[in-house]
Amino acid sequence: MSADNMKLTLKIWRQKNADAKGRFDTHTVDGVTSHMSFLEMLDILNEKIIHEKKEPVAFEHDCREGICGTCSLVINGYPHGPQQGTTTCQLHMRHFNDGDTITIEPWRSSAFPIVKDLVVNRDAFDRIIQAGGYISVNTGQAQDGNSVPIEKDLANEAMDAATCIGCGACVAACPNASAMLFTSAKVSHLAHMPQGEVEAAQRALRMVEQHDAEGFGRCSNITACEAECPKGISVEHIARLNREYLTAAVGSTK
Amino acid sequence: MPLQSNVPPGELGEKWTKYRSSMPLVAPNNKRRLEVIIVGTGLAGGAAAATLGELGYKVKVFTFHDSPRRAHSIAAQGGINAAKNYQNDGDSIYRLFYDTIKGGDYRSREANVHRLAEVSVNIIDQAVAQGVPFAREYGGLLANRSFGGVQVSRTFYARGQTGQQLLLGAYQSLSRQVSLGNVTMYNRHEMVDVVKVDGKARGIIARNLLTGELERHAAHAVVLGTGGYGNVFYLSTNAMNSNASAAWRAVKKGAYMANPCFTQIHPTCIPVSGEYQSKLTLMSESLRNDGRVWVPKKTEDAIAIREGKKTGLDVAESDRDYYLERRYPAFGNLVPRDVASRAAKTACDEGLGVSPTGLAVYLDFAEAIQRYGQSQATTLNEHKASAARIKELGTAVVAEKYGNLFEMYEKITGENPYVMPMKIYPAVHYTMGGLWVDYNLQTNVPGLFATGEANFSDHGANRLGASALMQGLADGYFVLPYTIGTFLADEIRTPMIDPNGKEFMDAEKAVADRVTKIMAIQGNQSVESFHRRLGLTVWEYCGMSRSAEGLNKGRKIIRELREEFYRDVFVPGSADEYNPELEKALRVADFMELGELMMVDALDRDESCGGHFREEYQTEDGEALRRDDEYTYVSAWEWDDNEPILHKEELVFENVELKTRSYK
Repeated sequence: MSADNMKLTLKIWRQKNADAKGRFDTHTVDGVTSHMSFLEMLDILNEKIIHEKKEPVAFEHDCREGICGTCSLVINGYPHGPQQGTTTCQLHMRHFNDGDTITIEPWRSSAFPIVKDLVVNRDAFDRIIQAGGYISVNTGQAQDGNSVPIEKDLANEAMDAATCIGCGACVAACPNASAMLFTSAKVSHLAHMPQGEVEAAQRALRMVEQHDAEGFGRCSNITACEAECPKGISVEHIARLNREYLTAAVGSTK
Repeated sequence: MPLQSNVPPGELGEKWTKYRSSMPLVAPNNKRRLEVIIVGTGLAGGAAAATLGELGYKVKVFTFHDSPRRAHSIAAQGGINAAKNYQNDGDSIYRLFYDTIKGGDYRSREANVHRLAEVSVNIIDQAVAQGVPFAREYGGLLANRSFGGVQVSRTFYARGQTGQQLLLGAYQSLSRQVSLGNVTMYNRHEMVDVVKVDGKARGIIARNLLTGELERHAAHAVVLGTGGYGNVFYLSTNAMNSNASAAWRAVKKGAYMANPCFTQIHPTCIPVSGEYQSKLTLMSESLRNDGRVWVPKKTEDAIAIREGKKTGLDVAESDRDYYLERRYPAFGNLVPRDVASRAAKTACDEGLGVSPTGLAVYLDFAEAIQRYGQSQATTLNEHKASAARIKELGTAVVAEKYGNLFEMYEKITGENPYVMPMKIYPAVHYTMGGLWVDYNLQTNVPGLFATGEANFSDHGANRLGASALMQGLADGYFVLPYTIGTFLADEIRTPMIDPNGKEFMDAEKAVADRVTKIMAIQGNQSVESFHRRLGLTVWEYCGMSRSAEGLNKGRKIIRELREEFYRDVFVPGSADEYNPELEKALRVADFMELGELMMVDALDRDESCGGHFREEYQTEDGEALRRDDEYTYVSAWEWDDNEPILHKEELVFENVELKTRSYK
């Protein structure tokens, strides 16, 4: 258990904008308690910086309950910090000790250019989804929801994949900066369901093509992505994507 | 001019069908020429954008998030209602309509609510077709569960992440329209003003959050799906960036704000742990299906727990007060949110709270674990299962139902809820109030529409659980795409709107001046500190319990705070770069005015109903006392900085008899 009045040294990446040269700045923060979340600790730091009339550390966050996928941060070398299965916003200070030095960096990938300090641009993920991460159905075309039964286990597996929050930790964790876990999660989610099977082949081809075009690296089965994924998305989905992709590539008439 | 609800004539059950079949249409060739701006990409905005794109309109969508998928709809946990009656338990469109009207304490519009119940069934079908992985039974069909204020099982869910899955469904449909070129996406763009030309909404001014640049965007109509204003309380279950500014900017341009004092305090949230707290976390209402709410009967037990000398486990069964089951036997732990929240407050006010702050009650799963364990043992033919085995089996069932919520609880509190009863306390969650809209979801400003939580229309004074997702998607997929035609059908001869017209240039200038003014203050206090103080004031005087005296005082405090803000706020950095502090400052400035209007509205409403509880108006046993003779109206406020002006829309109930709401 940690103390209730922790003092911490923070080495934080500061970078004015995408074109500027970045550097690590050292900040100290005290009065941190074990019940605080990691982001609340940063709030306190920023409050202190603002009080000194300086520029606060820019970091992104929104829901602070681990679901929106906005928060990021590489903490002591780990995307979303050292606790497994946890987004940065759900990481609490009880996992740190008084006197610790903590290093905080942004996601690092050329496909995620830095906006400022710890904030990166993840538009590439939207473009991968736009390339085919959907089922082509217009509003109003649906049949009754119970007209197609789906095996419970299959629906559960689809849900396991669909639970991806699009945060980008997989990319940050990967030495190749590959976004295969993200891409495969959507391919696998939709391919698991009869509604999504119709377009499965084309979807896999297009999304992988866009993935590569964005400058993400290739997957070489290192599986660091799975280890760091805050939602525990399995690399089995990458295997599933590979199957879909190969079938599509071999059998494609387009 | 009196407010026209524009509810079509006819029998309640036929209004929407008949109206839909007779409303003016826009031909496909004209749709291609008509531009629509949608602000917000949550369920209401995202679904509307996708659907309007499919219909062939030229759509521009704006979100301040980095991606449409981050909208706060994503955080909804428990589920979405639909009158499918798949469980054969007596559900029907009428029953969903009735439950919603009653749940809203008879302060919503009958025709809107009935339409909502009607289209609820289409939403489920649509979501399934999009690939939303709803929970299923072993036979492969869709599963349901119950929510508060209801005696049927009509809630569809995807684990504890229903909002996420429904939003991703809408996001994927939207992404498809973006890839087809029907929709243009502007992410990291915040709407900072509505532009009116000849009295009609014809565009917006947006601030590019990466560069700080102001942009003028024109269209034939503008739709706001920008969510609620719960963050006026600072601490709420809303995402940190959720704000009221888009809606408030519309109000400043003449749109009316309806029922702003109708705010929902959700009974099951993780209690506040310290002053540094930045937000509150909801524990889904679905937990009340299986969790039992209690506090110790004896004050000394409560004190011992608060001081850490005892835990909930040390309190004997006979010394526990399951107060919801005691006070409301018919609905028990599943009473509506407003009722459950007030009961928790009452228990804590009596000194029975169980956290160090004294502001928490227990939500206990021990009995559910036992019950499910027994049943599972029977299923597995383990008729002589040990107590430990039963606990193990029961824990597994509870984990399958609520696993992610229990995990989240443990991460935040450091306590294991499978063993120790959860501690919960009410927190601000949803705002029933919002922009006033007619039956077509059009505000009183022609061409300006509002959908989802941003409008006021369907939930009255209290929203039932699993109805927010339903309303957001109903508006976005199945209502607005039709009703916007009533306005646009008359616009087919209107040429493209010029974003360089005088009105646009003036609006842009006004925004630039506003930004310059805030940047120039260079005071000594952070934006966050003002927001916290505002939140405390609104919570204190316009929270779970309100009084005329408190509301007058609260209004005065907010006024003073606002003056202090414009004198002493400090915004670092500059206006022409990525500057989250400036974004916050603009939003907090708007929250200050809205907070004041909430006080004014709460003061006007001399009755207790739903989420609005006035201490002066309660029954002998402390229940809300509604005053139907005088207050069966929607309060639509026209903003005026000196004294807001009240416009009333009388609510007419032709099908439902107004009764005292009873869950006993």
